[in-house]
Amino acid sequence: MNGSESHRDESKMIAAILGGDTQLFHDLIRPYERTVYVMALSFMRNESEAEDVSQEAFLQAFRKLDCFRGESKFGTWLISITLNEARGRLRRNKILKMDSLDEPDDEDGHISPALLRDWKEIPSEALERKEMQQLLESAVSELPLIYRETFLLRDVEELSVAETAELLSISISLVKVRLHRARMMLQRSLAARLKAMNPKRRWFLWS
Amino acid sequence: MVLECKHVWDYISGYLDNTLPADTLRLVQEHLDHCEICSAVLDSTRNILILTADDRVFELPLGFSDRLHARLDEELNNRMQTSE
Repeated sequence: MNGSESHRDESKMIAAILGGDTQLFHDLIRPYERTVYVMALSFMRNESEAEDVSQEAFLQAFRKLDCFRGESKFGTWLISITLNEARGRLRRNKILKMDSLDEPDDEDGHISPALLRDWKEIPSEALERKEMQQLLESAVSELPLIYRETFLLRDVEELSVAETAELLSISISLVKVRLHRARMMLQRSLAARLKAMNPKRRWFLWS
Repeated sequence: MVLECKHVWDYISGYLDNTLPADTLRLVQEHLDHCEICSAVLDSTRNILILTADDRVFELPLGFSDRLHARLDEELNNRMQTSE
């Protein structure tokens, strides 16, 4: 989630919306569009279904806005609505069973990383290339759901360990275990491929 | 006590998040200082996390925002009509 929401008084906006200024809801949700979409996509693994889930989550948030108590951040509340909506959709699609197959049974096993002798840093400028974005997206989407959701909440949306644990209804120590595994799995699946894509030429032209 | 590589891998996340206890951190750091493989594992993991968290990955589909706000408008307008 980006930090722009911290400059706004969301509780005031919510009170105004509940008081009848419903158009303000457009502004309230703008900073969260990407977060909601990314979390929906992590469950649905399909852009158009993720978009449906996102729209539905925002509509639900509007309809249930009077239930928002302000005990958690508005963004966290929105994510919990999104996760519920996505889980419900998966159940209806009856694909939850299929996804549970790719959840590893052994929660205690070690994940060994890909071993390299050296690593040449890939600068963020490399993400201008579509193939680089797609490589990262597909590596994340290939993670089993329990690791994918933990990874996205912590490392992409930058929620705290406690917020992540609450949203996923799991313990703080399990968040840490799953996050570590997710990171190691990504390193294992991506290190060699990224290294191969990192061209020998310099990314920066020194002037 | 000297850590083996496979034990160091278990601490990579804690190392990156800076949550390792001081004595564990010291052992991990000593290992990293002389082990090029574990250093490369650490550097590649850190690099991959920075890249994955970049806004350019997981971009919103084209027109996502317009379609969302149009759908919200329908809902908001319905709400207005029913409350009138």
